[in-house]
Amino acid sequence: MIHISSPSAIGVFLFFVAVVLGISFYLGAKAKSAQGYFAAHGQIPWFVNGVAFAGDYLSAASFLGICGMIAFYGYDGFLYSIGYLAGWVVALFVVAEPLKRLGKFTFADALDCQFNSRGIKLAAAISTLVISVFYLIPQMVGAGALIQPLLNFPHWAGVLIVGAVVTFIVVTAGMVSTTWVQFIKGSLLVLFCLLLTGMILQRGLSVNPSGAAERPYQAFREVATSELTSDPNLTVVAEDGAWKGKPFVRFENRETGKVEVWHKDDADGQRLSETQVATVSASGDKFVNGYPRGNKEGQRQLRPVGSIARLPEGQSETGPLGPLAYLSTLQNSEIVLWTPLTIDEADGAKSTVYYQKRAAGNDVLTPGASPTFKGVRGNEFYKKLDFLSLMLALFCGTASLPHILIRYYTVKDQAAARKSTVVGIASIGFFYVLTLYLGLGAMTSGTLDVSNSNMASPLLAKSFGQIPFAVISAIAFTTVLGTVSGLIMAASGAVAHDLMANVMKIEMTDHQKVRVAKIVAVGVGVIAMALGIVFEKMNVTFLVGWAFNVAASANLPALLMLLFWKGTTKQGVTAAILVGLVSSLAWILLSEQAFKDVYGLPTSYALVPFSQPGIVTIPLGFVVLVAVSIITKKPAAI
Amino acid sequence: MTPNSSDSAESSAPHIDDCEHTSARNARVGLVLFTVYLALYGGFMGLSAFAHEQMARPVLAGVNLAIIYGFGLILAALALSLVYMVLVRAPAKGSEMHSSAAKGKNGGEDRR
Repeated sequence: MIHISSPSAIGVFLFFVAVVLGISFYLGAKAKSAQGYFAAHGQIPWFVNGVAFAGDYLSAASFLGICGMIAFYGYDGFLYSIGYLAGWVVALFVVAEPLKRLGKFTFADALDCQFNSRGIKLAAAISTLVISVFYLIPQMVGAGALIQPLLNFPHWAGVLIVGAVVTFIVVTAGMVSTTWVQFIKGSLLVLFCLLLTGMILQRGLSVNPSGAAERPYQAFREVATSELTSDPNLTVVAEDGAWKGKPFVRFENRETGKVEVWHKDDADGQRLSETQVATVSASGDKFVNGYPRGNKEGQRQLRPVGSIARLPEGQSETGPLGPLAYLSTLQNSEIVLWTPLTIDEADGAKSTVYYQKRAAGNDVLTPGASPTFKGVRGNEFYKKLDFLSLMLALFCGTASLPHILIRYYTVKDQAAARKSTVVGIASIGFFYVLTLYLGLGAMTSGTLDVSNSNMASPLLAKSFGQIPFAVISAIAFTTVLGTVSGLIMAASGAVAHDLMANVMKIEMTDHQKVRVAKIVAVGVGVIAMALGIVFEKMNVTFLVGWAFNVAASANLPALLMLLFWKGTTKQGVTAAILVGLVSSLAWILLSEQAFKDVYGLPTSYALVPFSQPGIVTIPLGFVVLVAVSIITKKPAAI
Repeated sequence: MTPNSSDSAESSAPHIDDCEHTSARNARVGLVLFTVYLALYGGFMGLSAFAHEQMARPVLAGVNLAIIYGFGLILAALALSLVYMVLVRAPAKGSEMHSSAAKGKNGGEDRR
């Protein structure tokens, strides 16, 4: 979909971003010059630190990805919310206290003090590098998704802008995500999403959504087939080639000279509904419904979607609704969902047909409505594995991300640490409840871009006006900037400090280390940008789910066994990290999802039966650790 | 190297005011509460995978079990962390008062 940008929206956006960046640089500069930022943190109130948890943790995956997934598929996006929050319970109740008892605050530090082994340092550094890059991809994709509707740049331009800005920041100043900056971001994100949710509830539900002001929603036609077959201007096009057997009827329109594609809504083909077709020709030209893609005369673009077909008791609109009433009304409505189907034409062109499907609200609001997790509704056990595997990986993933736990330790005493944790969980949990409403609001708002789920929430905000849209985009954008700069710094640190100084034992002065880190930061930034472009079409929360799978497989077995089993040896730890990492990565890269969305190849080539590796690779990590530890156990000293 | 955007000095030594005894008690409490949550989470996974029709049933104000259970898990995480905070507030019975012993154990030197 091509978006129309508005100068006022851009102005508000830039102002917001400038203010947040300005505060961040100011506080960051103060922190660096003051001897030990440590001196400041004893004064950070537990409430502030708690909200900073939320600012640290919530990123593009939560705001863009989950809302987008809910908007297109319903409940299955909410599974991520539930899983991400559950991961906090694991991190706090199982890992935080024992880790602190070791006197260490990160996974890498704990391993280091216990064993002091180069093998472990190497494995931990590689693990950090890989997980950071995997986490970076969805952030870059999200950044592109934010820039696109705002500035009307193509996705790759958005990714490059963000990549360049962040790399520049990291190389020159380093964006220190101080507690106060994260507190500001966390509060703004939660507050504005609360406002947006309020507006959604106030608006209620309608069968005629207004859409965004600059592109009002237009309903799509649903007709009796006879209406079209009796039209003298339309001739049926024979089903041939890749169109054979597909649920579509094509008509050639004598007046326009274009071919229209209609979807058969019932088994006998008595009713047809309008579709949207995006075609990329063999030479790379883009078409929508047969016309060149664009905004000018004679050009077309994809129209926004997202509507309710039927409300309970035949109402046309409900007016303001309470939170539970909104959900129960949706459950009892019929919702129009859009599904893509790709057709490879004989002349080398690729057409994606987006067609409508009516779904019962209650069906959409239970697990298994999306293509990825529909197996959960079937009878075969192994088809449910994707769902079970994801829920396990999310549950285990948070604790396996070393940077998450650090904030737990940054207040002045234990009581404050626990209070801030409660505030953190409350903020994050509350935010995730809001994402359900944002996603469902977007689903019924008439603003969705049918080709990209990541833009659902900013576009929803657009339906309330340019200013809410600009403000929400700015807040989300600064959150992404913070996350991306932190990840690039982590990855470049893993290379410069851990790999080069500790493993390869290359002697470097502090000055040299900083220089190497900066060079690596540029390299990592470039890789992140390239991957952000490649993964454009994938929903960002799905990508983060993969990152969680890798983190949980690589780090959790080593972390837990280190804390709870005295028989752990350094070889066991090294093996567990490397096997977990390689197996989960390989699994992901050989999955159906990767073949379909990343490589663009037929899914029949996929080598693994489901897309989320956690349920296989997490236990594998434990098994490898135990086996190798037993084999390499030192005999007891006499 | 801490893979984190926060300044490294932040991760150096927090004040640990629990002695070994209290720490062990806290860890046990944590594991018990974790097990409670695991049961709730496992229940959610099990129902979704093996009793899907139950998840579609309206249970509260017309809203189905899937949504209410999901909200419930979010609230449970909050409730359990509050319970945890209350249960570990006092030092464990039989523990010595603490700070110097704990400080001795607290390695926290900045690696960088």
